[in-house]
Amino acid sequence: MAFNVRKDQASRAVIVHAVLLSYTLIALYPVFLIVINAFKSRKGIFREPMALPTSKTFSLSGFEKVLDKADFGTYFFNSMSVTIITIVVVLLLAAMAAWALSEYKFPFNTALAIYLAIGIMVPIRLGTVSILSLMVDLGLVNTLTSLVLVYVAQGLPLAIFILTEFMHQIPKDLKEAARCDGVGEFKIFFAVILPLVRPAVATVAVFTMIPIWNDLWFPLILAPGNGKQTITLGVQQFIGQYVTDWNAVLASLSLAIIPILILYLIFSRQLIRGLTSGAVK
Amino acid sequence: MAHSGPMTDWRKAKLPVFAFLAPATILYTLFMIYPLIDSIRLSFYSAPSGGDLAFVGFDNYRTILSDPDWASTFWNSFWNNMKFFAVHMLVQNPIGIALAAVLSLPRLKFRNTYRTLIFMPTMLSVVIVGFIWQLILSPVWGVGADILDIVGLKSLFGPWLGKEGSALITLAFISVWQWVGIPMMLIYAALLAIPEDLVDAAIVDGASHFEVFWHIKMPLILPTVAMVSILTFVGNFNAFDLVYTVKGALAGPNFSSDIMGTLFYRTFFGYQLQLGSPTLGATVASLMFMIILAGVLFYLFVVQRRMSRYQL
Repeated sequence: MAFNVRKDQASRAVIVHAVLLSYTLIALYPVFLIVINAFKSRKGIFREPMALPTSKTFSLSGFEKVLDKADFGTYFFNSMSVTIITIVVVLLLAAMAAWALSEYKFPFNTALAIYLAIGIMVPIRLGTVSILSLMVDLGLVNTLTSLVLVYVAQGLPLAIFILTEFMHQIPKDLKEAARCDGVGEFKIFFAVILPLVRPAVATVAVFTMIPIWNDLWFPLILAPGNGKQTITLGVQQFIGQYVTDWNAVLASLSLAIIPILILYLIFSRQLIRGLTSGAVK
Repeated sequence: MAHSGPMTDWRKAKLPVFAFLAPATILYTLFMIYPLIDSIRLSFYSAPSGGDLAFVGFDNYRTILSDPDWASTFWNSFWNNMKFFAVHMLVQNPIGIALAAVLSLPRLKFRNTYRTLIFMPTMLSVVIVGFIWQLILSPVWGVGADILDIVGLKSLFGPWLGKEGSALITLAFISVWQWVGIPMMLIYAALLAIPEDLVDAAIVDGASHFEVFWHIKMPLILPTVAMVSILTFVGNFNAFDLVYTVKGALAGPNFSSDIMGTLFYRTFFGYQLQLGSPTLGATVASLMFMIILAGVLFYLFVVQRRMSRYQL
């Protein structure tokens, strides 16, 4: 009897791992296929698409062409600047607002919290017509600033929501102790509260970053040219132009995939902790 | 949530409270709320041949919903979007729930590795995902047929993305492939929050893991499933990048993969011989806003309310 139970468990474990392994394969194989073929010659890509590059088929001609024809360094730098500046601004402004909402009793406190939460559910894209004319009026078309402004507005609602929840959990004693010592309200926030928020920062940064880094819509509409393309738009434009050059297409895709993969593998623990911490409920 | 709410009287710190709230509120209002409201306002105006704006009441809505050309385009993209959403609800979310259920089994080895790897496509840009699948499904390359050959289904392969009957569904499956990580993670988190003694008691009573999942865990995670559904709805009715990347703004063949996002883009910027129109674009955006709002309100006032009755 006991033996049977153990055998049951063992066979169940096999099934479970078979299911998970097959799904992992479905998730990863397409990406793997693109990356290995980026390192092959044109012949290798078409004759043996599923084989790893060998000494006969290995070629970097795609990468050479991409680096020659497109300014991927600039695109990458643009994406990095927009993403990092947006994250810093969102974190600071959202932490300030979340602190005010969670700490002070003032008229319309709840109403303001709800007003700031509307943007969690309503996509900012729906306001694109007016955003574009606003940016034209401000003279910001084809600048990275226009992207930062839109992404800050897009990132704030969820960041304020998560940080407000988080700040409610800060022990009262800590603030009271600071107040008894006569520390000013600004100093309490910047010296006592802001350092305490650090654990929530990773979660907020991830939720802010992913949609920005991957966005095509606003770069396409607000900053489509003049070397202001983000990496997503840059790849889209490049492939549109060289669509028949398989080496170049595969290489440009790999150049867009590999940095994200590396960043993901480094930060996946924080990211998954953020996603599963129940911050979005 | 058992917090006591704000404690400090703002009158003791008027300037700091104002300084804390103003920057976020101003930026958010200026670049999110104002454009949304202004778009709705613009939908009641018209600017013939680039002239000054003139108030036209509901004319734009009448054009889009009842002009023979516009109405067929609009309803085509609406129903396509509904199909796109249906595929996500029927394929993405059940797979996400199943993966979460398997991942949360007790004493599972390599749990974190599986979770990390399966979530990976979600991190890639929609544009990248669109191109990856466009290449794999391309009959020119033929690697899709080779893969199907391994499982003996080569005869099924066809130029799915190029056919009117299958382009939209194929795009929906590509999107499912990319986004399945989100329901998986959110439901996994909800499953972790279920008290262990509840599950242990049932196991001791002789219930199988499947029975435990179906009869005990599933009812408890229903609120999360509902939340995942509304996130799916909002995401799908706001989608654009994938169709634009793979099929372009014309969402071909013959508009068979046209969804609300691509219609909005074409209406606003124009295509081929048709000129773009900011006011008609704003009208399409306002209609999308109403559809999304209807979904969110349905969730808040019907689904969530009914669910809270069953909560502990």
